[in-house]
Amino acid sequence: MNAVPPISDFRASAIGDDDPAGAAAVRIDGLSKTFSKAAGPVLDDVSLTIRRGEIHGIIGRSGAGKSTLVRCINLLERPSAGRVFVSGREITSLRGRALRTARRDIGMIFQHFNVLSSKTVAGNVALPFKVAGLPRAEIARRIPPLLELVGLAHKADAYPSELSGGQKQRVGIARALALDPSVLLCDEATSALDPETTEQILALLRDINRQLGLTIVLITHEMQVLRDIATRVAVLDHGRLVEEGATFDVLAFPKSAVARSFLSGLVAHELPPPVAARLLPEPVADSDPVLRIVFTGDAAHDPIVADLVSHFQIVPNILHGRIDYVGDRPLGVLTLVAGDAGKRLPAVLSRLASFGLFVEVIGHAVRSAVTRRHGAAV
Amino acid sequence: MPFDLLSPAVTALLFESLKQTAYMVSIAALVSTALGLPLGVLLVVTSPGHILPLPIFNRILGTAVNLVRSTPFIILMVAIIPFTRVIAGSSVGTSAAVVPLTVAITPLFARLAETAMREVDRGLIEAAEAIGASPLQIIVRVIIPEALPSIVAGQTVALVSLIGYSAMAGTVGGGGLGDLGVRFGYQRFMPEVMLAVVIVLVAIVQSVQLLGDAAARAVNHRIARGKRSTS
Ligand SMILES: Nc1ncnc2c1ncn2[C@@H]1O[C@H](COP(=O)(O)OP(=O)(O)OP(=O)(O)O)[C@@H](O)[C@H]1O
Ligand SMILES: [Mg+2]
Repeated sequence: MNAVPPISDFRASAIGDDDPAGAAAVRIDGLSKTFSKAAGPVLDDVSLTIRRGEIHGIIGRSGAGKSTLVRCINLLERPSAGRVFVSGREITSLRGRALRTARRDIGMIFQHFNVLSSKTVAGNVALPFKVAGLPRAEIARRIPPLLELVGLAHKADAYPSELSGGQKQRVGIARALALDPSVLLCDEATSALDPETTEQILALLRDINRQLGLTIVLITHEMQVLRDIATRVAVLDHGRLVEEGATFDVLAFPKSAVARSFLSGLVAHELPPPVAARLLPEPVADSDPVLRIVFTGDAAHDPIVADLVSHFQIVPNILHGRIDYVGDRPLGVLTLVAGDAGKRLPAVLSRLASFGLFVEVIGHAVRSAVTRRHGAAV
Repeated sequence: MPFDLLSPAVTALLFESLKQTAYMVSIAALVSTALGLPLGVLLVVTSPGHILPLPIFNRILGTAVNLVRSTPFIILMVAIIPFTRVIAGSSVGTSAAVVPLTVAITPLFARLAETAMREVDRGLIEAAEAIGASPLQIIVRVIIPEALPSIVAGQTVALVSLIGYSAMAGTVGGGGLGDLGVRFGYQRFMPEVMLAVVIVLVAIVQSVQLLGDAAARAVNHRIARGKRSTS
């Protein structure tokens, strides 16, 4: 119903919109990938720019093509069409030695860590240096600061079998950062870790992003991972890019159905199915409008429900709601039945809007049915 | 002990035969490792979907390996006599016997090494590709080290087979323990010699197996040992 005003990027990104086009860390241009004609394209004309210094989340259902997209950035998968630029240089035109050299600028970490069981922690971290042909003494000099960075200095001589999952991922991170890449690709890097370890790894990634200005591309299934560290989000569905924007904007005002359903675990965009089933698209006699209110920023702290009661004497019945914090910014979604609003609905909506809230009438509820199901009105 | 029953002359023969077996087996083992490991690597990396896919080459190589593997050793030994003569300068004798032994064991070891290296997780290879490793670097720094415990186990199996094959080397005048057992134990009906030969062979095979297992364990870091670093 109401047009959503654009919200400026809530976290300072390294580069503003007015920066030159060359500031893109990764530019994906018309990328398509088809594995087999019968199965159809896995990626379908995806274009996406990832700016330098961002932590760019990629979400989508299983099989949407997230891994394929990220693997096309370092050409572990060769796209069927389209081009990929990393730090302004086209990767997709490279082969052989030139490609291998270019890959040193792109680190990657994996869901299952992929550390060598035959090498110690130091040996694993030495691998990129050996591959790059650094002299032994130089390698020995470079390893300790890397282990320090990921908090594994005391485990240099341990084998991966003696490490926890989180420690193995730290080895993976140290190895990925060894050659000082400008982009780090993370394919569900925390999916195999428990929540506490996930937090620690995310904190490490965020530190690295800030300290080294490293651009991070991060596939995740876990919405709290997005909320906690991503500055921007891209949403893939059936191989197409359906939505892209600053994390807060996508969380607060998802445009695509996929994003809405995906984010509902975090932000209460969608009503639980039994409640949603009772909503009517059009008002009938004896029905009340159902409002969906999105709180962003300070309005989240205002007693708006109390205000509705005292100002309009309407009887709000809360159906569903949740307030969360994205970065340090509150984001809440509240769905309520504006009981007895009647003709005052336009006035109610404009008053809520005047508080800086985003309000939408998402349907109507027959008074008795909802009230009976959800107890007495507030 | 059977040694007490053996005359000094037969005991000397036993040691002579042991030396011949040791010679044939160790040379054949060294050469078949040097040839079989690269062959195994080629069988893996040129297979479809691996790091250097060459399907036709892979098919031809696989067929050649199977051909040698399915030829009975006794026939192989005779069939390659011209080749043996070129390599060893003669078609009879202990040195000459090394050639068919090597030819027979190389494909076996190659297949065992191939199986071991095929097991190396695709993810590890991709991680190496992602840091810019070349196919050769991936083979040397990732595939072989990661497969080493299984390669060593395969090597042990091949070595035991090799000791078995070496007993047939008498056919081309190679000598060795098997030959001694057949000539004295069977043809001259000296069961104590046969028994001594069998005991020595069993002892060798057992030692090879024990050493092989220990070596495989020593290079295996896939599972944590008791010694944990203090943290
Ligand atoms: N090497 C391949 N050969 C054939 N099909 C593939 C290959 N890799 C991926 N696919 C197909 O491409 C589609 C997208 O796969 P992809 O791994 O990119 O999905 P994803 O979004 O990462 O999923 P998930 O969340 O489960 O990891 C899937 O249907 C998958 O079966
Ligand atoms: Mg995936």
